[in-house]
Amino acid sequence: MKKYIALLLVVVMAFSFAACAKTETKTKTDDPKVKGEGVMTYAEYIAADMDSQVVIEAYVQGHQSWWDNKITVYAQDADGAYFLYEMACSEEDAAKLTTGTKIKVTGYKGEWAGEVEIMDATFEFLEGNYVAAPVDATAWLGTDELAKHQNEVVSFKGMTVEKIEYKNGEPGDDIYVTLGYGGASYSFCVEVYLTGPDTDVYTTVGDLKTGDVVDVEGFLYWYEGPNTHITSIKTAA
Amino acid sequence: MKKLRKLLSLLLASLTLCALFSGCHGSRGMNEFAMPEEFDMSRQYEISFWAKNDTNITQAEIYARAIENFQKLYPNITVNLRLYTDYGKIYNDVITNISTNTTPNVCITYPDHIATYLTGDNTVVPLDELFADERYGLGGSSLLFDSPTREEIVPQFLEECSFAGHYYALPYMRSTEACYINKTYVEKLGYTLPDKLTWDFVWEVAEAAMAQDGDGNYLVNGQKVMIPFIYKSTDNMMIQMLRQKGAGYSTEDGEILIFNDTTKELLETVAEHAGTGAFSTFKISSYPGNFLNAGQCIFAIDSTGGATWMGSRAPNIDISKDKLVQFETVVMPIPQFDPDEPQMISQGPSVCVFNKADPQEVVASWLFAQYLLTNEVQIAYSQTEGYVPVTSKAQESAEYQDYISRGGEDNQLYYDIKIKAAQLLMDHTENTFVTPVFNGSASLRNAAGQLVESVTKSVRRGETVDDAYFERLYSETSALYRLDQLDGGGGFGKEELGPLPATAVVLLAALAVAWVLIILYVCVGAIKKKKGRGRP
Repeated sequence: MKKYIALLLVVVMAFSFAACAKTETKTKTDDPKVKGEGVMTYAEYIAADMDSQVVIEAYVQGHQSWWDNKITVYAQDADGAYFLYEMACSEEDAAKLTTGTKIKVTGYKGEWAGEVEIMDATFEFLEGNYVAAPVDATAWLGTDELAKHQNEVVSFKGMTVEKIEYKNGEPGDDIYVTLGYGGASYSFCVEVYLTGPDTDVYTTVGDLKTGDVVDVEGFLYWYEGPNTHITSIKTAA
Repeated sequence: MKKLRKLLSLLLASLTLCALFSGCHGSRGMNEFAMPEEFDMSRQYEISFWAKNDTNITQAEIYARAIENFQKLYPNITVNLRLYTDYGKIYNDVITNISTNTTPNVCITYPDHIATYLTGDNTVVPLDELFADERYGLGGSSLLFDSPTREEIVPQFLEECSFAGHYYALPYMRSTEACYINKTYVEKLGYTLPDKLTWDFVWEVAEAAMAQDGDGNYLVNGQKVMIPFIYKSTDNMMIQMLRQKGAGYSTEDGEILIFNDTTKELLETVAEHAGTGAFSTFKISSYPGNFLNAGQCIFAIDSTGGATWMGSRAPNIDISKDKLVQFETVVMPIPQFDPDEPQMISQGPSVCVFNKADPQEVVASWLFAQYLLTNEVQIAYSQTEGYVPVTSKAQESAEYQDYISRGGEDNQLYYDIKIKAAQLLMDHTENTFVTPVFNGSASLRNAAGQLVESVTKSVRRGETVDDAYFERLYSETSALYRLDQLDGGGGFGKEELGPLPATAVVLLAALAVAWVLIILYVCVGAIKKKKGRGRP
């Protein structure tokens, strides 16, 4: 009798596992270069008309805080990056959007203040993982090349601090950062929904002084021009 | 028989206990505020003030200075400022804090939001009694500052803070919407600006501006980008259009009327011009002011509280110098369907006072809220944008009159577009209106904007916008904003939380049964012991 009960338990457990697995749609596509059926390449995405529907596969590189069943994600594949603005997402799924996670996104291509993005999007999880290494974009400052790398994980080296300004005049909200390089000034931002006041980058930026020379990493966001969302900053060696 | 009675008593006791537990569900809030006879100046008070600024450091500085000066008058009251740049965030934080009784003492907010705060028991203090108090009320004899009397608050602005039979806020600043126009381009297109702007004129000029050359450059600006008409707050757009048309939006007590044929007609017009690219919105494209200043927009509708960002000489410019285009800027009231009967929204922040267990703390909060209506604060804050002071005392003061008369002296404090925007509201205060406030009115406002946004997006995405589309749009929007659940009963007051969830009922029943069994066990044991003791 005991044997039968044990056997029954094993069967029930197996079914339970199967049921759990069904809650996530996972497809085996490991190579970042290979796209699933009906999915655009990065070049096709860039060529797509504004307001047209787009379907992409990419890997999460960071995200802003989840709110009201929406999340804004910075994603990238082997060829370029995507800004997924206020994508529909449950709080439970938001917790699974860790760096490197592969997702398939369906939404509409849009442009807001120069930022090319995917809006009104939905997504599903895929199998695969890829974390992009920051690409040094310092040499592209002030050139048209920079825009081609919109939303990518980038770094800028040897930047001089010109101005640090809290959006609200005091810590708590975004920090507007102006950094100089080669005689020109560039806008950066510590986006509070990405790196809040309790993060190292927020406090480090808040402590910077005019004239400090720093190396910066972040997502190459666009607002009426380059406006990198800083994720890491340190004094230049 | 006695035993049975005992058991019945125990059972009743258990059921009473259950009923008590059930009673806890939905019970929250605190006692009604009662005005103390005297404000106790010997005590120390620490109050919190949550305020909003428009990403404008000067506004933050004015709040800080107001607090500093107030604390000099009342050294026993410490005011802790928390700044936000978004009303929605304040709203969300207040809602979160109501459940834990950690609301701020004083908060800048909108009446629509207060209507939701009122769903908690005595969460927000009705101000009627405080207004009228001879010593600490408006213009009160024991105040240590020059407060306006009730009569010195602009009546329309004060009435906007009255709902559900009480005043729940003080007006703080008032603005309306304005149309900021590139007059240079209007005239280049062969038109002359009328004295009073109409929707027909705006749509006609906007369509004329869509003409392009063979290379895809717009003829009017020689650029690849031109969105002639951009609206910042599409909720206001729909609300004002409906009002001007005399069509339904909602009743005073919360019946939803927005899903009507006039709304559909208005949305069809929006669809027509969104389809040609002549119209877009802030949510879809970006700030109207940025496009206006880049020569990529002709009619930019935004708050008068955003006037310092409008025009090529504006003190605040958010685009790079190489994109800035020089043009003549004109600010006018929003377009009208009937220019002889202009109607425009009244908006702007109000101040509410949250209830606390200690009535003395509430009075301390009220004193600070009232201090925000002094000329010193009103005039200083109104000068930061195209805001208007809410008191006639400030509006008529020599200082403010001097400020208004100096429009155009420079492009900072006396920036002419900003001062004209403020003057626009003062000239049309009689033509302003507000929408009914009820529990759910904030959702209805969001839905009004969503209708415009959805139609604009759909047309841009090549979707068919026909009768079936509108039927679906109405149904989805109503469900998304839960307007179908209001059912005319928006109202105010305690939120009924409905019947207990099944799981809670089961839990409580199990608890009751457990108690009954425990008590039965004890009783049976006691009876057995008694019997035992009776044995020889």
